[in-house]
Amino acid sequence: MATGTRPGEYRGQPWIYGVLVVGLVVVCLPFVWMVFSSFKPEDEIWRFPPTFLPERPTTANYADLLTQLDFGRLAFNSVLIALVSTAGNLLFCSMLGYALAKLDFPGKRLVFGLVMSKLMIPGMVLVIPTFVVVAALGLINTYAGIILPGLAGPMGVFMMRQFMLGLPDDLAEAARIDGAGEYRIFFRIFLPLCKPALATLGILTFLGSWNSFLWPLMVAQDKDLFTLPVGVALFAFDHQNTDYGVLLAGSTMLVLPVIAVFLFFQRHFVQGIATTGLK
Amino acid sequence: MATATLPESARRAAGARARSSDRTRRAVAGWVFALPFVLLYAAFELFPLIVSVVMSFTDMRSTDLRDPLNINTVGLDNFARILGDAKFWQATWNTLVFVAFSVPFTLAIGLALGIALNSGVRRLRAVFRIGFYLPVISSGVAVAVIWRYLLSTDAGLINSALRLAGIDGPAWLNDTRTALPSLIAMAVWRHVGFAMVIFLAALQGIPRELYEAAEIDGAGRRQAFRHVTLPLLRPAVLFIVVISVIGNLQFFEEPFIMTQGGPLDTTTSISYQIYTTFGFGQYGYAAAMSWVLFVIIACLTLLQFRLMREK
Repeated sequence: MATGTRPGEYRGQPWIYGVLVVGLVVVCLPFVWMVFSSFKPEDEIWRFPPTFLPERPTTANYADLLTQLDFGRLAFNSVLIALVSTAGNLLFCSMLGYALAKLDFPGKRLVFGLVMSKLMIPGMVLVIPTFVVVAALGLINTYAGIILPGLAGPMGVFMMRQFMLGLPDDLAEAARIDGAGEYRIFFRIFLPLCKPALATLGILTFLGSWNSFLWPLMVAQDKDLFTLPVGVALFAFDHQNTDYGVLLAGSTMLVLPVIAVFLFFQRHFVQGIATTGLK
Repeated sequence: MATATLPESARRAAGARARSSDRTRRAVAGWVFALPFVLLYAAFELFPLIVSVVMSFTDMRSTDLRDPLNINTVGLDNFARILGDAKFWQATWNTLVFVAFSVPFTLAIGLALGIALNSGVRRLRAVFRIGFYLPVISSGVAVAVIWRYLLSTDAGLINSALRLAGIDGPAWLNDTRTALPSLIAMAVWRHVGFAMVIFLAALQGIPRELYEAAEIDGAGRRQAFRHVTLPLLRPAVLFIVVISVIGNLQFFEEPFIMTQGGPLDTTTSISYQIYTTFGFGQYGYAAAMSWVLFVIIACLTLLQFRLMREK
């Protein structure tokens, strides 16, 4: 029964696998190419016919990445900013998500409206005035200036609210009868139950921050504050055709952690896409 | 009975008092929980929104950050200047072309992949899902760096492959005819996995009974696809189209890293234009451009909801 073929299904036919495998190669080959090429010396990178595996594997590009781009600093900044953004989003989004799902307070609909409005105004539209505001606050060229505007993302609030709506109200009632305060109820009862949603939100926020480009590009004006994408992109911008090995090494370092996180937490991604996407 | 009603009403009154103080406490807690978001919203969303409206009617420049008194209102001058800014309209045209081609292709290929994955591909399904999703979660900067290499004229992977097949490949990113199509192809490559995952989830949500009913009614595979699958995929289609159009209308990293808007401005985008204007320090003008972008995004999004609802 369960294995019955639907009309419209072409079950298990080999050509479907064929098409998918070809597609998979097209999608993944550029990444494989990037990783292998990042271990090639510059002349081999530009050689015809191209080599697939590096003929004379070298880590020179990665050494250059450390010296020419100050990779250590870039990576440190990226990780620090991503960690703080993630921690802030986990806390603030779940706090508001809880309030919207489980508490009644005057102005609740207005606050929900704010969340939705932030969700609907595209980032690019407000990027210039936000820069001016951040400058007026004296936060240009600071970590705070990079982090603060994204510290409570609307998508996170929405996700946490949806998740909390699914948790039973009785939990709070029972705790109130036992004399627990409102904050205790949130931190001790509801927050621990949100672990799956928190995991999803945490991964998505971390990767979003790790990959984010335009905002750190604008706010960080000192080399000391550049993030990894900013460092790599500005290097690409300045050196149109030279030192491609360094760029490929930098890109590899941008992508590999993402792949690792993705492989490790695959389940949460799928959940995240389902909860933010279709519900 | 009479003796029981008195304490009963007293107890009820006490209960009501307790409930109302409970309600107050909960309302206070609600606001405490909402406070961080609301403060951040006020500082970095509402305030910029107001600033943006004001700015777009001024000649504010980067130097005015230190000297706000130097800002002059210029009325609608910025918007009038946009009307005559050939570079901006070139960028707008490029952006619209980019969206008009990348979104339908992403949708069609994503749907095909979703259907393929849903048709009993059990083994390797996780591998396919991870593989196709990889570009979606990868840094736009890294992806642009990779593609600039793959598309390079002399030693890029694509032209090398073509040359081995005896074809002289074009100068992809340096040719006015192929630069924008190259960026479009790259965008499709990048976002197909997103469409696929959404379609796959939607396809798996279609109840099997509907297909059984269709079969009993004598519908073939094609008819079932046309009359059962497609209509039920409409919410997924709407979601993907809305998200992709909004996202693609703001494309930026590709021109920044791969072409710097060239050759001959054939790959500038509205976002890239806003950023360059900002880079030149013309903040008021850049804010006005942002509003044009907002109007374009809002109109296209509303249009999609209209079109998809009414069918």
